[in-house]
Amino acid sequence: MLAPLDSLYQEIVREHGKHPRNHRRIEGAVHARGDNPMCGDRVDVFLALDEGGTVSDAAFLAKGCAICVASGSLMTEALRGLDAAAARALSAGFRAWARTGERPEAMPDSLAPLAAVHEYPSRVKCATLPWVTLEAALDGRGRASSE
Amino acid sequence: MTHAAPPFDVTRIREDFPILSTRVRGLPLVFLDSGASAQKPRVVLAAMTRFLETSYANVHRGAYHLSEVATEAYENARAAVARFLNAATPREIVFTANATAGFNLLAHSFGPSCRAVVVSEMEHHANLVPWQMLRDRAGVELRICRVTDAGELDLDHLASLLADGRVGLVSVTHMSNVLGTVTPAERIVAMAHAAGARVALDGSQAAVHRRVDVQALGCDFYVFTGHKLYGPNGIGVLYGRLELLEAMPPFLGGGDMISEVTLSGFVPASVPARFEAGTPPIAEAVGLHAAIDYVSAIGMGAIEAHERRLTDHAMARLSALPGIRVLGAAQDRGGVFSVAVDTAHAHDVATLLDRRGIAVRSGRHCAEPLHARFGVESTCRASFGLYTTEAEVDAFADALAEAREFFR
Repeated sequence: MLAPLDSLYQEIVREHGKHPRNHRRIEGAVHARGDNPMCGDRVDVFLALDEGGTVSDAAFLAKGCAICVASGSLMTEALRGLDAAAARALSAGFRAWARTGERPEAMPDSLAPLAAVHEYPSRVKCATLPWVTLEAALDGRGRASSE
Repeated sequence: MTHAAPPFDVTRIREDFPILSTRVRGLPLVFLDSGASAQKPRVVLAAMTRFLETSYANVHRGAYHLSEVATEAYENARAAVARFLNAATPREIVFTANATAGFNLLAHSFGPSCRAVVVSEMEHHANLVPWQMLRDRAGVELRICRVTDAGELDLDHLASLLADGRVGLVSVTHMSNVLGTVTPAERIVAMAHAAGARVALDGSQAAVHRRVDVQALGCDFYVFTGHKLYGPNGIGVLYGRLELLEAMPPFLGGGDMISEVTLSGFVPASVPARFEAGTPPIAEAVGLHAAIDYVSAIGMGAIEAHERRLTDHAMARLSALPGIRVLGAAQDRGGVFSVAVDTAHAHDVATLLDRRGIAVRSGRHCAEPLHARFGVESTCRASFGLYTTEAEVDAFADALAEAREFFR
């Protein structure tokens, strides 16, 4: 019935949008908050790092659209076990993928449905808000904005 | 209210707007975002092109033929706006860049004469933030008039805000860009004037949909923007009663707003040049003139009647949809519908609508406090123009119902 919505709102994105994984707070974790002032979407990202600087747990809380929530959910699933440099590389790679549609090397298949957002330029910021917030957390900045 | 309006041939009118025959992903464009910016009829585009090709020069400057022609066209546009609003004289019409610029001018040049200013909870940020800046800059108290659950101005609250006689200006919308509420301007004016306050109305939405007579309304200032009135962007209007404008200092300084300048100082020009520093939007004034001629030929009464039928139809369709909440239920409202879908975020709904060729705005429509007032993060807004059809309203309602199911 709504066939043209094919690529972006695949079942996987809608499902993660409705039932996000790791949608919780981690007490005492590295934290940052990201806002999209245009629409009011807000994401909090929490990272627990072990002594070697590897992400042992990643979680988020989001108030936003299905794309934003699904992105946070898929992001936190992909982060575990990465060190800070690898997490930054993943974030930079995903953001480029979401913007251009060109898949950088070594990007996990799990993020492919989200990267379809490149077909919807006005929605790219929805998908990247959790990621710019992640980068703020890794950099020790408390705040991020999708603008 | 009259339903016995003259015949209004929307199919014919749509032919005047080239963009309406655009297809979006193979589907006919359903443009329901006129409240953000309206589309332009061919006569506006033609008038601007003709002016730029045959008559363009800077205004109020050159002692040569073209400059005189351009100046005449620019001043003719001012006179057209004066007639459109029924201002007493064209000198009461100040051209600005847009409505936002009009309110910033007011806040700078009239605001400091006030001890307190009243705005409402349903203002566009353009009629809120300049007053917050004035408060922070000059200590002018800012009072906020509440909005009822129905989305109407709480006039009892307004009365209490005016009671101590300290309010110098009530600056409120004439029609909400989120709720569609048309505010009772005459009553607001009567209440404010009785309390010694002046009244500024934000007509960005209202002036597009109804006949506005500033003398009948009795308001002291009226602000609107050209691009929502089927004219070009880059031009807006501040109407002000002459004696008030004449008592106001300039806002922006520069060329054209002075009568005399030395290295030690300047003497400001008279009104309205005093408020039009720098090269103004000249071709845009010509375009606005053409737009005013266009809507005037159709008739603001006929436009209002057409949009009233659409609004009644939309209210009937939307209120029958399960899980769809329309913000605001004012007695007097126009064709602006902000809706929340219980299963989906506004952006997701808007993307689905876009895939149907339907253009709506999603977000908070430059009215963040109002969304907070109604307890919603964001909404999808459909806003009508004179070219909107009942079939387009149906397409919007049908797509909302589908979106609700899709994201369930």
